[in-house]
Amino acid sequence: MTGENEPILLIEDEPQMRRFLRVTLQSQGYRLFEAETGADGLVQAAGRKPAVILLDLGLPDMDGLEVTEKLREWTTTPIIVISAREQERDKVRALDAGADDYLTKPFGADELLARIRVSLRHGARQEAGQEDSVFQSGGLEVDFSRRRVLLGGQEVHFTPIEYRLLTTLIRYADRVVTHNQLLREVWGPRQANQVQYLRVYMAQLRQKLEADPARPRYFINEPGIGYRFRSGEAGF
Amino acid sequence: MEERRPDPDLLLKEAQREEERKGQGRLKVFFGAAPGVGKTYAMLEAAWQQRLEGRDVVAALVETHGRFETNSLLAGLELLPRAQIEYRGVVLSEMDLDAVLARKPQIALVDELAHTNAPGCRHKKRWQDVFELLDAGIDVYTTVNVQHMESLNDVVAQITGIVVRETIPDSVLDRADQIELVDIPPEGLLQRLKEGKVYVAKMVARAQENFFRTGNLLALRELALRRTAERVDAQMESYRRAKGLREVWPAAERILVCIGANPRSIRLVRTAKRMAAGLRAEWIAVSIEAPAKVRPSQQDLLQLAEHMQLAESLGAEVVTLSGHKVSEEILSYARSRNVTRIIIGKPTHPRWKDRLFGSVLDEVVRGSGEIDVNVITGESGEAEPRPAVKPRSSLAPLREWLLSVGGVAIATLIATLMFRHFTLVDLAMVYLLGIVLIASQVGRGPTLLATLLGVAAFDFFYIPPFYTFTVNDVRYFVTFAVMFFVAFVTSRLTHRVREQAESARQRERRTAALYHLSRELAHEVGREQLSASAVRHLSEVFACQSVVLMPDDKGNLAVPATGPQTYALDQRELSVAQWAYDHRTKAGLETDTLPGAKALYLPLIAAGRTIGVVGILPGSSFQLFSPEQVHAMESFANQAAMALERATLAEEAQQARLQVETETLRSTLLSSVSHDLRTPLAAITGAGSTLLQSGNRLSEENRRELTQTVVEEAAHLGRIIRNVLDMTRLESGGVQVNREWQSLEEIVGAMTGRMPGLFRDHPLAIKLPSDLPLIPCDGLLIEQVLHNLLENALKYTPDGTNISLSAVVGEGEVRVTVADQGPGIPPEDAERIFEKFVRGRYAGGGVGLGLAICRGIVAAHGGRIWAENRTEGGAVFTFTLPAGEPPPLEEEAETSIDGEDQG
Repeated sequence: MTGENEPILLIEDEPQMRRFLRVTLQSQGYRLFEAETGADGLVQAAGRKPAVILLDLGLPDMDGLEVTEKLREWTTTPIIVISAREQERDKVRALDAGADDYLTKPFGADELLARIRVSLRHGARQEAGQEDSVFQSGGLEVDFSRRRVLLGGQEVHFTPIEYRLLTTLIRYADRVVTHNQLLREVWGPRQANQVQYLRVYMAQLRQKLEADPARPRYFINEPGIGYRFRSGEAGF
Repeated sequence: MEERRPDPDLLLKEAQREEERKGQGRLKVFFGAAPGVGKTYAMLEAAWQQRLEGRDVVAALVETHGRFETNSLLAGLELLPRAQIEYRGVVLSEMDLDAVLARKPQIALVDELAHTNAPGCRHKKRWQDVFELLDAGIDVYTTVNVQHMESLNDVVAQITGIVVRETIPDSVLDRADQIELVDIPPEGLLQRLKEGKVYVAKMVARAQENFFRTGNLLALRELALRRTAERVDAQMESYRRAKGLREVWPAAERILVCIGANPRSIRLVRTAKRMAAGLRAEWIAVSIEAPAKVRPSQQDLLQLAEHMQLAESLGAEVVTLSGHKVSEEILSYARSRNVTRIIIGKPTHPRWKDRLFGSVLDEVVRGSGEIDVNVITGESGEAEPRPAVKPRSSLAPLREWLLSVGGVAIATLIATLMFRHFTLVDLAMVYLLGIVLIASQVGRGPTLLATLLGVAAFDFFYIPPFYTFTVNDVRYFVTFAVMFFVAFVTSRLTHRVREQAESARQRERRTAALYHLSRELAHEVGREQLSASAVRHLSEVFACQSVVLMPDDKGNLAVPATGPQTYALDQRELSVAQWAYDHRTKAGLETDTLPGAKALYLPLIAAGRTIGVVGILPGSSFQLFSPEQVHAMESFANQAAMALERATLAEEAQQARLQVETETLRSTLLSSVSHDLRTPLAAITGAGSTLLQSGNRLSEENRRELTQTVVEEAAHLGRIIRNVLDMTRLESGGVQVNREWQSLEEIVGAMTGRMPGLFRDHPLAIKLPSDLPLIPCDGLLIEQVLHNLLENALKYTPDGTNISLSAVVGEGEVRVTVADQGPGIPPEDAERIFEKFVRGRYAGGGVGLGLAICRGIVAAHGGRIWAENRTEGGAVFTFTLPAGEPPPLEEEAETSIDGEDQG
């Protein structure tokens, strides 16, 4: 029982998907609320105060993007969007609009649970209102207060942009960060379409921190969407 | 009679004419000798007959001239309201062309074909309106009198003494499908006139005096009958041709007529046309450009162009020759074309000129040999030159006048300094030098002024008595005369050289521009680039603004979203362009159609279809285009049209190919995929139902195995469906290549992350150079390619063998290789394996789409993919992606973060 009775809101119109998610989540000890439409989902999100919202992008009454935007008007509850492969663009738009992570159908139970765990952890951290001053994962250690990065005990030097990129990714550890988000946060809103900046600096980060850049351990590329920093805690 | 095979070329022409007319309306002309013979009446009678047969007849425009009988016939027919056009305070009523087009009857009645429309109408002439109706598939009944025929215009003027201004080209009548001659004897017509059936009473007397004289009417009647007979003859001829009967006339005549800027040429042209029609001969109108002769004025050039146009409208082949000697050029060209008859005008200049410079006519006659030469006179009445249009920039700028005065002043100054030390002849030379220098810089007027001033100053200052214009010694007048003459002739010569140089330079520039255009167009590929370069060239050469308009799927022209130097096209301009496009005729500024438009619109016609329209707006509203320029623009438009058609054809071929392949795919898909889908489905259904029914009785191990089967087969099924969908989308063009600057290392990383467990039995060696540049490609699609290639390698190689993935950069491309140590590919399959639904020999499963998808994606990126065998065993799959020049990055100062402000 890892769920500890956390409430989860599922907004999904297809009964088969609801059945699979219900069995999986309840067996893990989560409390599940179900909504079949976007409108119902919005009402329940306000009433049930869920810890995580699972949102399907293909709802009959409302665009998933619209639901995300409406939710983000008043709540920071983590949102995980569920999409089919053809909805690649909607997915990125939902993420840019404030969704925290995504799952692409078909997905396995392990993937789903890992995403939920990460979201819960981030939600909890947000509520506590504090960030750790030191981040540690494997041989990588980042001391935010002293702006120092150690890899296997050795200090690694970064340019300001590289450092900002690294810390942004770590702040969102184990969640996907879209290209747009990264560009906005690291370079500022003016450079929001210069994806090639990102590629070059990501390559530099991999050169400095990955043992084998072609088989990255930390910096996971999600083609067409963005990057995910893998801390190793989430179990994927 | 011996049967003869029809001339294939002529038959082809006839077939083309038929083809062109398909879907077009038929034109029936009621043809008469004079007003009042009853053409309108006959037309209305015919209309009623059609009406009674159930056809939809509409009177678009019928002039009854208050004639009672005609009026009564008109009653009962549907009459369309006329358009009221206000012009200089007078309201004129014209046929409402758009109303007729909108009403779209089966037959439209349009009286008075030769009528000239009021300014502000779409076309200058009514026959152009009628042609538009015909193009719209409407049959037209119309009337016309013989005196309105262009080629008979001069003859009619000769007979009746009245010059008819409203004429129609003969080709209009040739276009008619049926001609009905409405004929009554002159006595009958005069009788009707007296009875007041033709004109209302008060006009009768005047009409009778001027026009309706028996002699006139007889002559006109003869002309009308003859014209109709000629036409019947022509029909007979084409009937014979179609049937392959032997031609009845022995040898083909060919007539050549020499024309120039002289207004007499008009008569020459008409005579040639009549003679050609009589002899059933081809005819050629020739004008000669002879640099040795005096350079023609702008006015002359316009006149000449008009004559050439007339000849062309009368059916002549129009040729411009250039050479040193006019007579030689005419004769050699005539010989080269097997001309049998040359028509040339009587000389009008005085005889002494011939003595001095030689006579063209004389030389042609002498050198003509077996060719007949007809010398025709022009008649004085018609030969009146038209009121001269003032050349556009005849007035020299003030600067030139000042320059000429100043030049003479300087010459006077120098002469004054020399006065004491040199003779008078030397001083005269100084003035001459000054005048020649001035002539090389300024126009004719200022030069003449300088010449006069020079002579006057010479007299005033240096001829005794000084400082007066009086001259004591008469001998000095000779000096003045010679000085004036020499100065004048020299300045004229200087001018001519300058003007010739200028015109040569302009021609040269246009030729060069055309050459550049065609060369550049040959290199461009896309339609957008082609139109952009055409627009750029037009703007550069003609100092204008231009735009290329292309039709959408429905044939409506649209303003291009992007493009350089486009002027504002409002709805009105766009409709002019649309007209030019629909009717494949130039329209707008300086043309016969909608001349009120701001710009000129030339249709882009290539190999029988219209690609679009090019709109050309003059740089300033004062500077209009000369006919010569319009001609040059048309050659530009032709070049552009051909290039655009090439591009369009290429696009269409691509489309067609895609369509065919999609069709084939669909049919193969059903047969091939159904089997592959059923296998995993059967496994899942079986395992699932077993679990459901006897879950409790199964051992833990069995239950686990069945569950495993469900998960694995579902994944397998998912892969197949994904491949099929990808392939379908690729083939239908539904996949958009979203090119971004991508890092190959990252793509490989994503791919290895996505298939982690798979390389347990096949160690994967990745060799990527660290200096690999960013590549412009779609990351998702290229990851798919790598994924499919590796999956393929895993599938075909025994466990434990290595797979390697590597990349190299070279010559504008990046080359990615996936190599395995499997059994390799049979050489005959190296190409085939990239086809759809082809599986290798050792295949375990899959639809055989993986490599086809790879090929589709790589091709969409402009790369290549191929397979070969390694000498040490195993297969190598290689694909290339075009590399590009990545945009520069903003350099970041290489400061360490430690140095940064802690804020």
